[in-house]
Amino acid sequence: MSGKGQREAIFPTRMALGNTKTRLKGAQTGHSLLKRKADALTKRFRIITAKIDEAKRKMGRIMQLASFSLAEVQYATGDISYIVQESVKSATFRVRAKQENVSGVFLPAFEPVVTEKGGSAEFSLTGLSRGGQQVAKARETYTKALQTLVELASLQTAFVILDEVIRMTNRRVNAIEHVIIPRLENTIAYIISELDEMDREEFFRLKKVQAKKKAKSEAADLERKAKQEEEDRKAQGGDSEATALQGGEGKSGDILSGGKDEDVIF
Amino acid sequence: MSQQAADRSLVALIADEDSTTGLLLAGIGNVDEKGEKNFKIVDNKTPVSEIEETFNHFTNERKDIAILLINQHIAEKIRPIVDRYTQAFPALLEIPSKDHPYDPAKDSVLKRVQKLFGE
Repeated sequence: MSGKGQREAIFPTRMALGNTKTRLKGAQTGHSLLKRKADALTKRFRIITAKIDEAKRKMGRIMQLASFSLAEVQYATGDISYIVQESVKSATFRVRAKQENVSGVFLPAFEPVVTEKGGSAEFSLTGLSRGGQQVAKARETYTKALQTLVELASLQTAFVILDEVIRMTNRRVNAIEHVIIPRLENTIAYIISELDEMDREEFFRLKKVQAKKKAKSEAADLERKAKQEEEDRKAQGGDSEATALQGGEGKSGDILSGGKDEDVIF
Repeated sequence: MSQQAADRSLVALIADEDSTTGLLLAGIGNVDEKGEKNFKIVDNKTPVSEIEETFNHFTNERKDIAILLINQHIAEKIRPIVDRYTQAFPALLEIPSKDHPYDPAKDSVLKRVQKLFGE
């Protein structure tokens, strides 16, 4: 019997066997599906990681450029940081989250949304006296840099989510492969062995019954034969019958008495 | 997760004065009705506890921030927290500052990327 390994606690019947077989089939299908999903996600993951690596390096260059343009502003206008900080009211550069579906996983992608209504008006007075051109240029550079940053951020978010989902999927794949499927297989083996055992018992029982029946019918046959012979003799003649009867009585009387004696002794 | 992403639209910032000025010029700055800003200027005198507090505030309490930008040299100050941060929203992005060039080796995400590729 398959005592080794885990199996489910069920009664070994044919129905349970059928059910377990269906479940094993389901588990195998699920396993192959999940495996494929994990593969698809991993493929996507590798693309994204490569992109992140590249974008991060690109970001360094772009931010350097932006800082340089800001330095130009400071050279032309003087320190504008205070004015800029204080005139902040409402964000004109916002992001919107879009969603992309990669085999059942929603990956958010940020999209920059620039509302122009206050965008240029907000800092319109900055650098009015001098350096207005530099300020405009700096703003443009920074907006461009921000767009790169937003792109990078969405890549990174996708990276984080994918990482988690891949881990979860792999965990499921492994659980099915190493726990659920062996357990179902063990259960099936157990049920089959139990059923076989029951079959053998049944066979043995039938054999026994048959033997008993045979013995009985043989005994009945013998009795019938004896009766037949007796009847034959009866038919042959009355004289001989009488003597035979007497002899028979005497004998049976002897046996009876002998039997009684023995019983009393014991 | 999708619900989370839908109402997040702002870009928050923890940075030094120069980076802040530049990015505010691009228009990410936002002050809400309560007078709460979505940017934090950090200089050499800012205590680490204050940075941590702002970081936690931006990442956990505010629900309208989609991306959090942080200067790498500031992230370096609160590195344990940054490394432990694994949420998808808001997305955390380390950016270089004027005085501190960008070092990919320090970035928490790039570190994970490199770990995955076994480099």
